[in-house]
Amino acid sequence: MAKVVAVTGNEACANALRQINPDVCGIYPITPQTDMMQKFASFIADGKVDTESILVESEHSSMSACIGAAAAGGRVVTATSSQGLALMWEMLHIASGDRLPIVMPVVNRALSAPLNIHGDHSDAMGARDTGWIQIWSENAQESYDNTIQAFRIGEHMDIRLPVMVCLDGFIISHSIERMEYLEDQEVKDFVGPFKNFLPLLDLDKPKSYGPLILTDLYHEYKRAQHEIMTKVKDVVLDVAKDFEKLSGRKYGLFETYRLEDADIAVVILNSAAGTTKDVIDEFRDKGIRAGLIKPRLFRPFPYTEMAEALKHTKAVCVMDRSDSFGGYGPLFMEVSSALYPLGKGPLLMNKIYGLGGRDYLPSHAAQVLTELTEIAQRGKVNVLKEYIGVRE
Amino acid sequence: MKAKGWKDLPPGSVVLEGGSAVKFKTGSWRAFRPIWIEENCIQCLFCWIYCPDMAVKVKDGKRAEFDYDYCKGCGICALECPGKKGKKAIEMVEEGK
Repeated sequence: MAKVVAVTGNEACANALRQINPDVCGIYPITPQTDMMQKFASFIADGKVDTESILVESEHSSMSACIGAAAAGGRVVTATSSQGLALMWEMLHIASGDRLPIVMPVVNRALSAPLNIHGDHSDAMGARDTGWIQIWSENAQESYDNTIQAFRIGEHMDIRLPVMVCLDGFIISHSIERMEYLEDQEVKDFVGPFKNFLPLLDLDKPKSYGPLILTDLYHEYKRAQHEIMTKVKDVVLDVAKDFEKLSGRKYGLFETYRLEDADIAVVILNSAAGTTKDVIDEFRDKGIRAGLIKPRLFRPFPYTEMAEALKHTKAVCVMDRSDSFGGYGPLFMEVSSALYPLGKGPLLMNKIYGLGGRDYLPSHAAQVLTELTEIAQRGKVNVLKEYIGVRE
Repeated sequence: MKAKGWKDLPPGSVVLEGGSAVKFKTGSWRAFRPIWIEENCIQCLFCWIYCPDMAVKVKDGKRAEFDYDYCKGCGICALECPGKKGKKAIEMVEEGK
């Protein structure tokens, strides 16, 4: 029986971790850490989990501790945010290169300078190329569901890769919403016991992690790492299918909203997708055929599926809550890469919104949908990349 | 031996055997070569204790030759060597000279 509660996104993820009861958790306990780890530390202190917590002096050390514990042969978690994820950066590559299935909720927040810790995707987008699987979540429910599924995906014997579960800072992490918890036993049964793969603590079979590999083999190792990523999509869909049986909630590589017959579409991540869906309903009521894609699996990116879903549209706006200065927004780069092989795809534009926690309002969505309607009729984009909700 | 292709590699670059460092002859990194001068050696075995690469060999409790396959030429042995009457029993000589 599902239990309906009103909780923050942080509390939802902390409870998912409690239900899973991991072996080890590396925790950096100070800002930009969120109260997700504070709540999980309470579960440890109260004896609700058997997890060994390692309190460390930085996020770099936090990820290092997780890597050691995962290589030793444990089910390992941590969580971070903003500058914390940035400080982990070099260790993120080691976790994925060593094929260690660490699960890490990331509360998406802005990067300095100027100092700002509000909702923004710059942190996780900066970790885009670290070899981690990235799953993005619209609300507390999805953050909880994705955290649970992340263990099955990362620990799958064909995958064995670390997974980031992304949720919007403050908007989701610190705001209370209605959601449903699964029963503890249901979650435990769904995730299953941790299966070891090449553990360091197997003394009968000594092994080493992280060897020096120079020009003779490094290129081959990286090629092999990409190959694993090509298998992730199928596992994500299989796990989602099982999860639907358990929870009744359906997940895919991305969510589509009123897209089947849409002339214009918005591609947007996480919480802002909810706002946009409401405005799409208003436009539909006016007879404008608008739709939406909310990516869920960002790494590996489902290029062919995305192209297939968007190919019938006339104009698409990809909206980024992070920027690549001197380039396009990271989501735009992926969607345009996905659409290029079509040859004659929809018109594309890129809007940067909501940086550093700037509110994304229904009026912004309306502005984008109105412009999309115009350019779909005219057949020509005005400005390829633009900032919305910015004061001139 | 045929070089391995990307499909033949163990996952995560994990080395699946113990003691495999012996296969990597790091002596090729050396820029300076330690030379043992036996007549100045007092058999204190400081060089054996200090060597970080176990490249000083001991046979029957006595100082033996360097293992140049693994000596990286760090020079710690030469630094620590007390020698005899002010004369070092280990000297560093530039490779190739």
